[in-house]
Amino acid sequence: MRDISKPVRRFDASEKIAGVARFVDDHYEEGMLYGKIVRSERVRAKIKAIKIPELPEGYHVISAKDIPGKNRIKMIFDDWPFLAEDVVNYFGEPILLVVGPEREKVYEISESIEIEYEDIPAILSVEEALLNKKPPIYGENNLFADYFFEKGDVENAFSEADEVIEEEFKTGFQEHIYLEPQGMIAKYNNGRIEVFGSMQCPFYVKNALIEEFDTKPDKIRVVQTTTGGGFGGKEEYPSQIAGIAALGAYKTGKTVKLVYDRAEDVEFTTKRHPSHIRIKGAVKNGKVIGIEVEIILNAGSYAGLSSVVLQRGMFAATGAYSIPNVRVIGKAVATNIVPMGAFRGFGAPQSIFAIETFMNHVAKRLGRDPVEFKLSHRYRKGDTTATGGLLRNEVRLPEIVNRVLSMSDYYSKKKEKKEGKKLYGIGFSMFLHGCGFTGNGEEILKSIARLKKRKDNKVEILISNVDMGQGPQTTLRKVVAEVLGIPYEDVIYENPDTDRVPDSGPTVASRTAMIVGGLLYRAAKELKEKWVDGEEIVVEKQYRHPEYIKWDQEKFKGDAYPEYSWGANVIEVEVDPITYEIDVKKAYAVFDLGTPLDRKIIEGQIHGGMLQGIGYATLEVMEQKDGRFMQRTITDYIVPTALDAPLFETDLVSQPYEHGPFGAKCAGELTFVGAAPAVCAAVEDALQIDLYEIPIRPEKLLTIMEKKNESEV
Amino acid sequence: MKGIFKINGKELEISFEAHKVLLDVLRENGFTEVKEGCREGECGACVVLLDGKPVNSCQVLAASAMGHEITTVKGIGTLHNPHPIEEAFVEAGAVQCGFCTPGMVIATYALLKENKDPSDEDIKRALDGNLCRCTGYVKIKKAVKLAAKKVSENE
Repeated sequence: MRDISKPVRRFDASEKIAGVARFVDDHYEEGMLYGKIVRSERVRAKIKAIKIPELPEGYHVISAKDIPGKNRIKMIFDDWPFLAEDVVNYFGEPILLVVGPEREKVYEISESIEIEYEDIPAILSVEEALLNKKPPIYGENNLFADYFFEKGDVENAFSEADEVIEEEFKTGFQEHIYLEPQGMIAKYNNGRIEVFGSMQCPFYVKNALIEEFDTKPDKIRVVQTTTGGGFGGKEEYPSQIAGIAALGAYKTGKTVKLVYDRAEDVEFTTKRHPSHIRIKGAVKNGKVIGIEVEIILNAGSYAGLSSVVLQRGMFAATGAYSIPNVRVIGKAVATNIVPMGAFRGFGAPQSIFAIETFMNHVAKRLGRDPVEFKLSHRYRKGDTTATGGLLRNEVRLPEIVNRVLSMSDYYSKKKEKKEGKKLYGIGFSMFLHGCGFTGNGEEILKSIARLKKRKDNKVEILISNVDMGQGPQTTLRKVVAEVLGIPYEDVIYENPDTDRVPDSGPTVASRTAMIVGGLLYRAAKELKEKWVDGEEIVVEKQYRHPEYIKWDQEKFKGDAYPEYSWGANVIEVEVDPITYEIDVKKAYAVFDLGTPLDRKIIEGQIHGGMLQGIGYATLEVMEQKDGRFMQRTITDYIVPTALDAPLFETDLVSQPYEHGPFGAKCAGELTFVGAAPAVCAAVEDALQIDLYEIPIRPEKLLTIMEKKNESEV
Repeated sequence: MKGIFKINGKELEISFEAHKVLLDVLRENGFTEVKEGCREGECGACVVLLDGKPVNSCQVLAASAMGHEITTVKGIGTLHNPHPIEEAFVEAGAVQCGFCTPGMVIATYALLKENKDPSDEDIKRALDGNLCRCTGYVKIKKAVKLAAKKVSENE
């Protein structure tokens, strides 16, 4: 048997390197039309009138009125239109689509359209939304979701406590900056709509178009083109672009290409939810015996996936810690800004930043070493989680933590700080991530994966999950080939086409390897038994939660996830004592993500995820002013470059999950969540201060240090 | 206007509008291996060699590139006959989503032309104009080291 973890040559690498892999914008067709979206220039307003200039032949302007079915993007709520009708709810909201043969002419027309508005008082912050003094954006109180769950007796814990510590944390917007901007190409032929584009979830797009065109599933075809990064940004948002492009094709009968430029993508697509998180902890005999966490997410103007993002955030509220008495309150709040959406970690990074930083602060107050303090609260096998779920598997945090500490030489570096012109600091974080969809998501999805053995004895993987860079075209091939005992090259896995593949669910929530890979593993086992040379054989497997998993979606009680991955990070920083710029020098990580399906691919996930997390904590500043983002390009919105990236040292501990293929668990998101709190702890260590907010901005540090120095004089 | 462009060693007569940037002229004429990531000269996805020097093709007026040697990633190697740099990228695991990759390969090619044995610092500086959001740059830097070795062995 081959070692499943041993790296192989990535199947998609050569074509990408040689420049022959075709991303959405690389597709061209004679007679194709170009599209440009006309966007709201108001933050919140009624549309009073639209003045369209006389159009040259071949050019068209398309509006919500042209939608034959429902003008709502199918998601959890029913509030987000493809194109605005009479009201706009954020600056940049799509109102019209201009299409035509010459791109520049299309752009020119889109700029000459005049829209008359009547402003409605805009809700520009979460505070304003909660005050509820202006007409609400959603419902009666601007809350897309308002949740609560409890475990034990929190009030009793507070009354018994030696000390009650309360702190508030803030996290900012984050933009994905996948290198390939979003885009779609749509065609309409013989009553059938076909969409090709950059996406994570072909069936999300398909289901959205079925409702938009009020048509049958066989009238819609969605095909993923090679996708240049997603990170969640291409989870739900592509449904809107696809819907708008498809409408253009439907109206004109021609192929329509709608590709965003970077500025459009930065300013008008979904972002990570900013959060305010308040934590109140009851401390007794040196332990946190009770905790109340209130999470408030800025969800933007439409609900999108915010309710589930909030749920994942709430289920991660106590981090990797077993705290007997827990109360978690969560609100997803509507404000007049672009809808917030999926982004690697999906609500968990905000919570993990808050709980990790809180635990550091409590440890400091108690005069305890933060690592030892955290370990004394860690989850163990047999513990119940905040929602009362059972940890059935070994939790190997002591091993993970010991390894990252020795790898980084944490204690000696912490004790004997490097002397230099810069201020040196070292920080630690430990954390978990729930694998697969939150709560009953997988049960509702009932994903199907199919394997088709062809007459030539090659086996094709038929699933709707995409490779957006994270490597399933390689890892899932390995899983199937390994079970069947055939060469990797004999397994085929094309970009999904909804005409050919069953719905194996979206490419999100670190579920592809563990959940879909698990289905493929079982399908391959069955195919092996049925194998007859030269015959075509099809095997299908549908997902069912292991029977022992119990979950109550109404009360948020039970196993919120079938399994967890774990990790610990150590980060070293140097802070400039004059400018307070943060230089992240070295990042260490140890993860338990089950069996790695390819060590090299997993390392790629670790490095990329951690650097994105380091960016989240430091450089990646996005602010809004009067309802508009101030950062509108990648000149303004800074992501880490090769010069910003630290050195990495990483290792794995593998506690397999019995239902994951070869024991694989979740990986992609886990690698992101621990970096920001570790950076924060390192900066706190360097400057001997307490911090409560990311991104950590030099100008903020300067203010904090000036105050600190004054009080010390 | 019309002009002769020397792209990957071949002369092509191309009609284009005078205000167009090189990136558009290349992509509109089938050289889609040159990627558009930002149009601001920030991301490096559209880097090509102009007379051997790396430039962001979104920042170069097409007219000014007429008559000069333009090299895209397809001028360096092909799918079936890859350049050692390209092999190094595969071996090092430096490719994830792949959108930045052609630009990274060009930046590496330009670096190794000037500097056969680049230090870690040289590599970081050479790649500073090329954004990648997937890899944390670790395996890309490794690929450049490996490429340096391969290129010098080939000579």
